[in-house]
Amino acid sequence: MTDDDDGAAVFLIEARELQSAIERNLLDLSEAPGDRALIDALFRDIHTLKGSGAMFGHVDLAHFLHGFETAFEALRAPGRTASDALINVALRACDQITALLDDPAAARAGNASLIESLDAALGGGDAASGPHPASAQATPAVAPAEDGWRISFSLGPTALGLGVNVPALLGELKDLAPDAVRIACETGALPGLDALDPACPPFVWTVEIAADLDPARIDEVFLFLRDDLVLEVTSLAEAAAPESVAETPQQTVASAEPRPSELPPADVPAEPAPATASRQRERSTMRVATERLDEIMDRVGELVIAESRLHDLSMALQSPALMAVAEDIRRLTSGMRETTMSIRMLPIGNLFSRFRRLVHDLSDQLAKPIDFVTAGGETELDKTVIELLNDPLVHILRNAADHGIEDGGARAATGKPRQGTITLSATHAGAEVHIRIHDDGRGLDDGQLRAKAIERGLLPANSQVTGPELYRLIFEPGFSTAPAVTELSGRGVGMDVVRSVVQGLRGQIDVDSEPGHGTTVTLRLPLTLAITDGLLVEVGGERYSIPVAAVEECVELPPDLALGAGRSNFLNIRGDLVPFLRLADVFETPGLRPDFQKVVIVAGSHGRIGLVVDRIVANAQTVIKQLSCIHAGLKAFSGATILGDGTVALILDVGHLIALGTAIEDRARKRKGAA
Amino acid sequence: MQAVTLTLSDEIFAFPTRILHEILEPVPVTRVPRAGSFATGLINVRGTVVPLTDLRVAFGMTSRPPDEHTRMLVLDVPVAGAETTVAVIADRVLDVTELDDAAVGEIPEVGMRWPPEFLSGIARTDQGFVIVPDLARIYAAALSEDSADFSFEKDPSSCV
Repeated sequence: MTDDDDGAAVFLIEARELQSAIERNLLDLSEAPGDRALIDALFRDIHTLKGSGAMFGHVDLAHFLHGFETAFEALRAPGRTASDALINVALRACDQITALLDDPAAARAGNASLIESLDAALGGGDAASGPHPASAQATPAVAPAEDGWRISFSLGPTALGLGVNVPALLGELKDLAPDAVRIACETGALPGLDALDPACPPFVWTVEIAADLDPARIDEVFLFLRDDLVLEVTSLAEAAAPESVAETPQQTVASAEPRPSELPPADVPAEPAPATASRQRERSTMRVATERLDEIMDRVGELVIAESRLHDLSMALQSPALMAVAEDIRRLTSGMRETTMSIRMLPIGNLFSRFRRLVHDLSDQLAKPIDFVTAGGETELDKTVIELLNDPLVHILRNAADHGIEDGGARAATGKPRQGTITLSATHAGAEVHIRIHDDGRGLDDGQLRAKAIERGLLPANSQVTGPELYRLIFEPGFSTAPAVTELSGRGVGMDVVRSVVQGLRGQIDVDSEPGHGTTVTLRLPLTLAITDGLLVEVGGERYSIPVAAVEECVELPPDLALGAGRSNFLNIRGDLVPFLRLADVFETPGLRPDFQKVVIVAGSHGRIGLVVDRIVANAQTVIKQLSCIHAGLKAFSGATILGDGTVALILDVGHLIALGTAIEDRARKRKGAA
Repeated sequence: MQAVTLTLSDEIFAFPTRILHEILEPVPVTRVPRAGSFATGLINVRGTVVPLTDLRVAFGMTSRPPDEHTRMLVLDVPVAGAETTVAVIADRVLDVTELDDAAVGEIPEVGMRWPPEFLSGIARTDQGFVIVPDLARIYAAALSEDSADFSFEKDPSSCV
């Protein structure tokens, strides 16, 4: 059994998935307390987890789940519904599963009290009426024997198909008394190869344990197989002369299980065990370590670069044969790129369901009834983006629940339903995904925000800014309008985290609010982090890439503005004044500018700006490489990319440049005000 | 330790070969605007974008234009707590030799032309004195300088 460790790792992954499924179903159940299908699903998951937990040696977990299951049994009675109190305890029990998976030794202590709370939450009757089921059920009706036990068992027809691991079982028995166990396998009933069903071998295992042992411990080994097992436990003293054990040559545990590879395939019976077959059908998916995906992505990135080099070369050489191959490779590469990116895409729904628990707990903690609605869970995003979104969304949701939603009384007074609603939704919008968090609470208070901002020196004392421009300030570090710091929020740290993560993802945040009707925070994120389309521009012989998604249009720089210095830094685009930056100045590029410079107009959620460049080179696929920490302080660049000719080009950070543009506008406005 | 020796402005420096990835003939360098003179550019090392740094700046030496001996050494250096791949310009790469750890002596208190905090030792060899730089310190200092001097945030209006 060389892959035992792998098996254990897979178990842990699956266990965590089952745990979150249990949590999800519990939360669903809190909304539909009498839903039979949900209760059944819960039982199925708990039971599966119990079984596989026991199989992989998580004894504490299995015991706990057994208790969980037994306590929950009462819920199956017709007409029973799950109370809020029960759901809350069950959710705690669900946390305990995680704790037991992480560190069984440390978490074990909590088991008993949780089971008791579960019993109590289910009406107490069961808890009072007798010994705990987990221990009651176990003891076989055999008197303790001084000199040991003889255990003889054979597996039911579906046991192997369901994953019973005979060597592990035998190992467990052996561990009961390592020096005093004899194991034998009766192969008498074994048919010829042509009749043998490898999924259901007719072996009878006989295990003799020559030690004084509590029979309950033997029974524990078989605890999870009882339905699918013929088991006979007799004391050695009672047993007849152990002739078969003594005379049968002992077989080693490892080789005892027949392996399919040892059998000629043609002789395998036509009907495989149904359980095995259906399992194989379900397994049309495959788990892959995320690092391997990242590796593939890196390789594809390099392939894209190499491909563009080949393309350049074929254009330069003008050889038809080479061009045809280059064209083929281009097509294959772009297909490969798309497939690879789609592998990395995950529905955001998994993340959303995590927050149901958060909002449920928040609602409890704050004693505000809150309904949590999600939409667009099927929207797909790069997995890295999804992972990084967790923290920001936690902060925004906490804020919405703590500051946004009023308590029931206040809501009723303003004619709103007592129950507040937080909506979390995701939609695709071009090359972006928009994630919207809306609460129907009191909304942001312009006056209070402004006062706070002026107090902190973020706004001049006579400032009259309103709307989104004002709301943007809530993302400043340490900015909080909460009158008191609560356990949940008010320290002004959270929104700062939100901003830095979203910026790190090359995304943007919009905040909108309507007093009395609630607040909407929109995170606008690029679909993927790894590859984007870039507009390649040239300034003084140096090339830079501008994300195409942000480019609005390209215009010629009017000759009267060409010389620049001292003149207005605004461009008239169809009646709108757009500020512009001369990249050659910003980047201190040496040399003279050409006669006809171009302006690339880029836009973001907070405005737009023109970037004056010497020349627009081409559209190019850009594989984004992060800058090392040595250059991380340079905010004007979001990364670098490698061009077709193998040189490196910097990628401009549009958001930062637009912020510079806003600064220009502010300055011009101030100057105008002063004049 | 096994070390690669090289010259920078006529002084001999040594890096442990343990941190050395490869030695490159000069490749095209992309200038990083406003990044200062220490980490001036980026180069493409087999599909990875690597910052190119100039230790001559850290040691206040005069730079010289690249010639046929100029090389770029790709190294792993701990920067801000994480192993970072960087490239370093060398005027000339000399040799790979064994430096006796005992020969890497104390740094003399006086009579030093170089900032002592940037050295982890000086070894005496038959080629003369060999400087073993403290790369982690040098890069940490470059980082802090970076945020002070080269930031676009400082005064956006000065950029236009």
